Amino acid sequence: MSEPLLKVRGLKIGATVYPPGEKPHDIDIVHGVDFDVQKGKVLGLIGESGAGKSTIGLASMAYGRGGVKITGGEVWVNGRDIMQSSIGDIRKLRGGEVTYVSQSAAASFNPAKKIIDQVVEAAVEQKKFSRKEAEDRARVLFEKLGLPDPQNIGDRFPHQVSGGQLQRCMTALALCPEPDLVVFDEPTTALDVTTQIDVLMAIKEAIRDTGVAALYITHDLAVVAQVSDDIMVLRHGNMVEYGPVDQIINHPQEEYTQALVSVRSIDHEEKAPNGDPVLSVRNITARYKGTQFDVLHNVNVDLYPGQTLAVVGESGSGKSTLARVITGLLPPREGEIEFAGRTLTPDLAGRSPEDLRELQMIYQMADVAMNPRQTVGTIIGRPLEFYFGMKGEEKRKRIIELLDEIELGEDFIDRYPAELSGGQKQRVCIARALAAKPKMIICDEVTSALDPLVADGILKLLLQLQKIEDVAFLFITHDLATVRAISDSIAVMYQGKVQRYGGKNQVLSPPFDDYTDLLLSSVPEMRLGWLEEVIANRKMESAGN
Amino acid sequence: MPLIVKLLAQRIALGLILLLLVSGLIFVGTMILPGDVAQSILGQSATPEALANLRAELGLNDPPLQRYIQWLGGAMTGDLGTALTSGADITESIAKRLSNTLFLAFWAAIIAVPLAIFLGLLAVRFKDRWPDKLISAVTLASISIPEFLIGYVLMYLIAVKLRWFPSVAMINDSMTLGDKLSAIALPVAVLTLVVLAHMMRMTRAAILNVMQSAYIETAELKGLNGFQVIFRHAFPNAIAPIVNVVMLNLAYLVVGVVVIEVVFVYPGMGQYLVDHVSKRDVPVVQACGLIFAAVYIGLNMVADIVAILSNPRLRHPK
Repeated sequence: MSEPLLKVRGLKIGATVYPPGEKPHDIDIVHGVDFDVQKGKVLGLIGESGAGKSTIGLASMAYGRGGVKITGGEVWVNGRDIMQSSIGDIRKLRGGEVTYVSQSAAASFNPAKKIIDQVVEAAVEQKKFSRKEAEDRARVLFEKLGLPDPQNIGDRFPHQVSGGQLQRCMTALALCPEPDLVVFDEPTTALDVTTQIDVLMAIKEAIRDTGVAALYITHDLAVVAQVSDDIMVLRHGNMVEYGPVDQIINHPQEEYTQALVSVRSIDHEEKAPNGDPVLSVRNITARYKGTQFDVLHNVNVDLYPGQTLAVVGESGSGKSTLARVITGLLPPREGEIEFAGRTLTPDLAGRSPEDLRELQMIYQMADVAMNPRQTVGTIIGRPLEFYFGMKGEEKRKRIIELLDEIELGEDFIDRYPAELSGGQKQRVCIARALAAKPKMIICDEVTSALDPLVADGILKLLLQLQKIEDVAFLFITHDLATVRAISDSIAVMYQGKVQRYGGKNQVLSPPFDDYTDLLLSSVPEMRLGWLEEVIANRKMESAGN
Repeated sequence: MPLIVKLLAQRIALGLILLLLVSGLIFVGTMILPGDVAQSILGQSATPEALANLRAELGLNDPPLQRYIQWLGGAMTGDLGTALTSGADITESIAKRLSNTLFLAFWAAIIAVPLAIFLGLLAVRFKDRWPDKLISAVTLASISIPEFLIGYVLMYLIAVKLRWFPSVAMINDSMTLGDKLSAIALPVAVLTLVVLAHMMRMTRAAILNVMQSAYIETAELKGLNGFQVIFRHAFPNAIAPIVNVVMLNLAYLVVGVVVIEVVFVYPGMGQYLVDHVSKRDVPVVQACGLIFAAVYIGLNMVADIVAILSNPRLRHPK
C-alpha cells in the first residue's frame, strides 16, 4: 500500500480547564489514536458528544479550538509531520492541502462579505489559482453542488441564501483550492432531513468527482454509512472500533458499536383512542404580532388520556407555534383549545392555577430551563410547594419518590444542574413537570440535543412514566425515528397546516401524500447503498412525471 | 420604498425632532437662569426707569412663546440675533470662532481616529502580550491625567525646553496653513492623547467580541495570518460600535475643549461661550448651545446611519 495521505500515530490532545473555585489544570481529551486516510478515500469518525471527534478532525490541520492543544503523537500529511512544521508551513497547509467544512455554515460565513469572495479566498491566498481561475472554479463547483443560478449566486451575501444552500456553498469553499483532504465536521446535522439528503448527495458526488480524501465527522451512523469507506468509532477520546464500513455496520465487534447500530430499540404498540380527549385543538389559526401571514392554518388535533400525539415537521412548519398557542403564550386568531373538558382562555393570563398545573411543559434545552443556582431538590420541590403547599419532610419524601421515578438516586437532591450530564438534566426537568401531577405534558424536542443512546434512555423513561402516571404527551419533534418509537397518533405538519393526521400505523403506512412520502424517504437508514437507492428512485419518479 | 431608505429617513427625522426639543430646552433653561441682562449691562447704580426702558428695547417683556418662535425662526434662517453686551452680530462672531474650533477638532481627529483604530487592531493582534498591555497602560494613563496638566507638561517640555512649537496657539487669517498647523500642534497633541484611550479600547473590545465568531475560525483555517483575519474578517463586522465611539469623541472635540482653549489661549467656541455666560449674554449662550446640540445630534446621527449602512442584511435585503 502506498504512503497514506493522512497518517496519525498516537495522537494525544489536551486542554487546560478553569473550573470555578479550583486551580486550573490540564485534562486529556484524546488519549492516543492511530488511523490512516488513503488518497481519495473517506474515513468516517463517529461518536457521541465529547468523544473527541471534532478535536481530532481539527488536529489534522494543526488547529485547536479555544485552549485545546496537541500534546503528543504524530500527524503526517503528504509525508510531512505537521507537529514539527513552522507556523508558516502550517498556514500553507490550512486552506491549501487540508480544508474544513463546519456544522453551521450560517455561522461560519462572514455576514459582511459576499459568498464568492469567501469561497475563493483560500485558493487565491494560497496561490493555488488566480482570482479569475478561482472564481471560474467556484462557479463550476456551485453547479456541481446543485445550487440555483451558479453563475451569480456567489454575488449574494450569506443571509440571502437558505441554510441548505449555504451548507453547499461551504462545501464549495472547501473544494475550491483543490485540497488533498477535506474535514467535514457534522456538515448536515443542522439541516432538515429533506434538505440533508440533497446536501449529502452533493457532498458524496463532489468527493467522487474530485477524488479528494475526506474525514467525515458525525454522530449519526446512518449518515456516515452512506459516504464513508472506513469508519472509526470513538468514545471518551479512545478508539473503540476501526474498520471498513461494511464490517462496522453489518458485523460490529464491540458492544458499544453494537449499541450504536441497534439504537432505537423501543418497540411501542399503538393504543386506540379511549374515552374523551384530554386536549382538543379546534380550528386554530394563528399569526405572530406585527406580521401579515398566518403561521398556523385551521389546525385540528385530539390527544387522548395516557397517550402520545407526535407533532412532526421540519423547521418553520409551525409545530412549536402550536405549542405556544396551547400554552397560551400566543393567543390564536381563530379557534379554541379544549382541555380536560373545559375551554381554555386564549391568553395565559386568564388561566386558573388548575389549568396551569394540569398542563406542563418540557423543553429542548434542559440547561437553560433550570436555574443554575438552585439544587435539584429546590427545582423539583418548587411545583410541590406552589401547587400542593407541601413543606418539610412531606415535600422531601415526594422529591425522593420523583427522583426514584426518573431513575436518579436520593443523593441527587443537593446537586446543582452544572454537576449533571445532559441526560440527567433532562430527567430532572421531567421530574419537575411530573411533580405537578399533570394530565398532559408538552415535550418540545426533548431529545434533540442528546446523544442517541441517552435519548433512547429518555424515551424509554417517558413511556414507562406514562404508564405509571397516566399522563398524555404532546410530543413535538423533527425526528421520525423518535415518532415511530413512542407515538400513538401522529400529526405531520407542513407550512402551518396539518398535512396528515391519524393513528401511528395509518400515518406511517402507504398510500402517502407527496410531502409525507418525501419526509419518510429522506430519513437515513442504516444500510449501505441507501442514499443511491433513494436518489435513483427520485430520478425515476421525476422522469416518469 | 426599500427598508433601508425608510430607516435612514426615520433616523434623520428623529434627529431633527430631537434638535427641536433641545432648542426648546435651551430656551427655557436660559430663561430660568438667575440674573438680569439689563442689570448687568447698566450696573448696580442704574435707575428703575432706565432698566425698564432697556428691557423693553431688548424685548425682554414679550411673552416667552413669542420670543422663542422669533428666536427659532431667526436661527433657522441663519440669524442668531445680536449680542446684548457688545451689540455685535452673533452669526458673524460665531462663524469665525466655530471655524477655528472645527479647524482644531479636524486636525486632532485626523491624527487621533486612525491612530486609535490602528492601536486597537494592534492590541487585538497581540492580545495579552506586551504590546497590548503597553498600549492599554499608556492610553489609560493619558486619559486619567487631567487634560490641563498634560497641556502644561507638554508646553513646558516642547515649547519651553525644546522650542519646537509655540506655547500659545493664537491663529489668524493672515497666517499660512503651515504656520497655523505649527501654532496648534500642542493643543492637537493634547486632544489626541485625551480621546485616544476611549476609541482604542472600544475598537479592541468590539473586535475581540467579533473574534469569538465561528467565521473567524473559518478564516484561520484558510491559512490567513493574524492581521489578515483581523482586517478582512473581524473589522468589517465591528464597524458599527467603533463608529459610534468615534462620533462621540468627535463631538467631544468640538464641544468639550474649553479647558484646552483656555490653556493655549485658542480663539475657539468654548472661550466665547464661557465669556458670555459670565456676562449673562443670553442670546449668545442660546446660540452656542444650539450649535453644540446640533453638532452632537448630527454626529450621532451619522453614527447611526453608518451602522445601518454597514449592516449587510439591511443593505442587501433578501
